[in-house]
Amino acid sequence: MIPAAFTYRRVSSVDEALAAVAEHGDDAKLLAGGQSLLPLMKLRFAVPEVVVDIAPLDELRYVRAEGGEIVIGALTRHHDLHHDPVLAEHAPVLARVAASVGDQQIRHRGTIGGSLVHADPAADLPAAILALDGVLVARGPAGERRIRAAEFFQGPFETPLAAEELLTEVRVPVQDGTGWGFEKFTRRALDWAIVGVVVAGGAVSLINMGGTPLRASATEAALAAGASAAEAAALAAEGTSPADEAHATAEYRQHLARVLTERALVAAGR
Amino acid sequence: MKVSIEINGRTVTGEVEDRTLLVHFVRERAGLTATNVGCDTTSCGACTVLLDGESVKSCTVLAAQADGHAVTTLEGLRGEDGGLHPLQRAFREEHGLQCGFCTPGMIMAAVSLLEHNPKPTRHEVRDGLEGNLCRCTGYHNIVNAVMNASGQEVQR
Ligand SMILES: Cc1cc2nc3c(=O)[nH]c(=O)nc-3n(C[C@@H](O)[C@H](O)[C@H](O)COP(=O)(O)OP(=O)(O)OC[C@H]3O[C@@H](n4cnc5c(N)ncnc54)[C@H](O)[C@@H]3O)c2cc1C
Ligand code: FES
Ligand code: FES
Repeated sequence: MIPAAFTYRRVSSVDEALAAVAEHGDDAKLLAGGQSLLPLMKLRFAVPEVVVDIAPLDELRYVRAEGGEIVIGALTRHHDLHHDPVLAEHAPVLARVAASVGDQQIRHRGTIGGSLVHADPAADLPAAILALDGVLVARGPAGERRIRAAEFFQGPFETPLAAEELLTEVRVPVQDGTGWGFEKFTRRALDWAIVGVVVAGGAVSLINMGGTPLRASATEAALAAGASAAEAAALAAEGTSPADEAHATAEYRQHLARVLTERALVAAGR
Repeated sequence: MKVSIEINGRTVTGEVEDRTLLVHFVRERAGLTATNVGCDTTSCGACTVLLDGESVKSCTVLAAQADGHAVTTLEGLRGEDGGLHPLQRAFREEHGLQCGFCTPGMIMAAVSLLEHNPKPTRHEVRDGLEGNLCRCTGYHNIVNAVMNASGQEVQR
């Protein structure tokens, strides 16, 4: 399988990338790790005329602690997150979630920015950033803007980013050490989650339980009111409408969400 | 476009379409056919090579992206004595292959795995090779081969 013909452009700065997408608009696609875009192009689900390769922009590949926040460059790769000492100390849940994306080879290329912008409801990092109340920083022709994770994931593969905008970084608050947990159920090695759960402090978010990552708000409210892990987890599927398909019915997914939430809460020490 | 890629220490230059995949450049332009195309969907690992020293699936990288970078394929592996690389030797000793189709990708993924984790547990080997499928042997002897190459005990 070979993608439809396109023009490849490698850029050496964010400004150059922005100029390239401003020139071509919807006909252009940014290429980061390519681990979602290239498979889609090979299947001809994506047929851009111009591919703007931002992978060489090392200026967007970093993790640092800044005040009470962890700031992560959009081109930081999953493998970098997995092994980053700053994350290990201040947001270990992110390192753990990144380690479960795809496989070793995919993690060597795929980036946090690509994963967030792709916005697959079955993806892991979007749910982690949602649980952490992250903020996404985008740069475009009109300058910079910040979008809260809760407003960023609008539907399957749908975000408020315009074709002319580039995600530059993600900011998450340093965790206060109240514990975290991550559970992901897959059919085979290397698969996307049938259902997954991320717990970070009092926040609980669900993977693949709807068109976007979701906060399990009934569970969070119960926890805040002092419920046990089991009591809170029993509410995890409330308000969700997961896909109902041959591999996993909606009812099965809701059952899984309750089971995995309890495990993740116990792992988080709740 | 014109690309120049250092493959196994030799610079290979060629005119390619922008959409050419790295795996096709390696096989057809460089004439190195150990790197295989299995699934073509980023799922099987048969096309794994090292790009600047890190394992990647070359069916999901453009040749254009590798322009100016270094690629290592199975043909570029050597042991310190110039003979077989410890992983190549171990796959032979442990019967880690039957048809051999998955083997180049397995070995290249294992090189990267051992670089990050020189003494992995069996579980870590399985985890590290989750992106590589073998349709012949099952995985037991492959795990043994990686354990052997890392100087650890194998399971009979
Ligand atoms: C076999 C397989 C299994 C996988 N399993 C999982 C899994 O279990 N869990 C999981 O979460 N993911 C999984 N993935 C997807 C994940 O690996 C990708 O790395 C990730 O979703 C995309 O990141 P990328 O950097 O490769 O983005 P790309 O593929 O380069 O880009 C994805 C999209 O984001 C846009 N984009 C990229 N960067 C930016 C930016 N900075 N600003 C604006 N737009 C941008 C691109 O234009 C494109 O539309 C899997 C992929 C494969 C092939
Ligand atoms: S051919 Fe590349 S992963 Fe299967
Ligand atoms: S030995 Fe035949 S596919 Fe692995």
